[in-house]
Amino acid sequence: MREIHYNDIVKAVKEMVMDAEYKLPEDFIQAIKLSVNREESPLGREILQEIIQNAEVAEKEQVAYCQDTGYPVFFVEVGQDVRVVGGSLRDAINEGVRQATKEGHLRASLAYDPLFDRKNTGDNTPALIYFDIVPGDKIKIMFAAKGGGSENQSKQAMLKPADGIEGVKKFILQSIANAGPNACPPFTVGVGIGGTFDYSAVLAKKALFRHIGERHPDPRIAKLEEELLELANQLGVGPLGFGGTTTAIDIKIEIAPCHIASLPVAVNIQCHAARHKEIEI
Amino acid sequence: MVEAKKIITPLTDDVIETLRAGDKVLISGWVYTARDAAHKRMLEEYEKTGQLPFDVKGQVIYYVGPTPAKPGQVIGSAGPTTAYRMDKYTPKLLELGLKGTIGKGWRGPEVKEALKKYKAVYFAAYGGTAALLSKHITKVEMVAYEDLGPEAIRKLYFEDFPVIVANDIYGGDVFEEGQKKYRKLVV
Repeated sequence: MREIHYNDIVKAVKEMVMDAEYKLPEDFIQAIKLSVNREESPLGREILQEIIQNAEVAEKEQVAYCQDTGYPVFFVEVGQDVRVVGGSLRDAINEGVRQATKEGHLRASLAYDPLFDRKNTGDNTPALIYFDIVPGDKIKIMFAAKGGGSENQSKQAMLKPADGIEGVKKFILQSIANAGPNACPPFTVGVGIGGTFDYSAVLAKKALFRHIGERHPDPRIAKLEEELLELANQLGVGPLGFGGTTTAIDIKIEIAPCHIASLPVAVNIQCHAARHKEIEI
Repeated sequence: MVEAKKIITPLTDDVIETLRAGDKVLISGWVYTARDAAHKRMLEEYEKTGQLPFDVKGQVIYYVGPTPAKPGQVIGSAGPTTAYRMDKYTPKLLELGLKGTIGKGWRGPEVKEALKKYKAVYFAAYGGTAALLSKHITKVEMVAYEDLGPEAIRKLYFEDFPVIVANDIYGGDVFEEGQKKYRKLVV
């Protein structure tokens, strides 16, 4: 059985978190650059240019792209033929986040408890980690720094099977319109359809890891993604909500089997600080 | 592009009256930071003691929780946070003389009414462009609630900090007006 040392995971996580905070994914930046020419609003075009410039400055100066360095969310796929030695995988990920927060000058953005004194945990731990066991002897770590502003505008609904595709489309577009300027568009929109109440939201978050422009393998879903993207850009929200034709950069849908009585839909809004990164150890 | 108006804090009614939703403005001078936790504590303190940690008359509050400064930096990345979360507290602060707030996103009806009533303006800064915006902040001083970390109240010195007037004293709303122009689909 392959062994990976705790310290190697700490180091890899620390580096991936800092890198993600300073440098937006290349595919996203390219998509923003392409949107400048298509944007109809002059102010919208100017804002898109500012976004590109902000990304350039953050990368060059190795500073956080956004002051909200986000809730650290991980999807971790652990090969069944690998084991972690020298400590637990969960502890290693949290230690990586802790070190990235300190050395990378990230903002501490988590509160211990949601209701009472809301004291800051001080180091962005505990991270939210979803584990999965997969074949192989590798560990794949997917990281998202999820900002509060866009997460706050995300929505979930338990629709009726009778609401069908039209009901789902309406709910997704309403969620995007309502998110508006509060959630820093242009958005990438992760959608989870099916599963259970909770799993639809997990799917929506996981969908955000797919590359810009990469369509769902099921051609029916792929067509729905394209149609929704076009409709979303007719809502008028525009860059940072000041009005325009660039409201969403992409919409990505994941689906799962569901109960015969249910049609769960979750919409996870991602702001333009689309900090996602994947590594394999 | 229309040239931006330059204004200097603290703000007076004369200046507020000239500002219209959609105007580009460059702000210079001291402003105060406060976000969720600082607002809650400030207003709880005011309820009990009748005092605020700083005199809000004529002042501007920037809704921001910056990242820590790297060595050699004055401040870390410092973009606006979503303003509506402060709506519960804002009318009282406007009543006490606050003249401006800076954030991102929509304000609720109570705040829009209070802006008209007490003559104040809500400015929107470009959300998420935090690495760029921090370059317009040249001095930082701690004011209160240091234990709140990124949510502490600080004084920031702005030099031509770029914002857009989002809500003015005449009922103008830059988001509503801007989106209406490009809206082809209503859901």
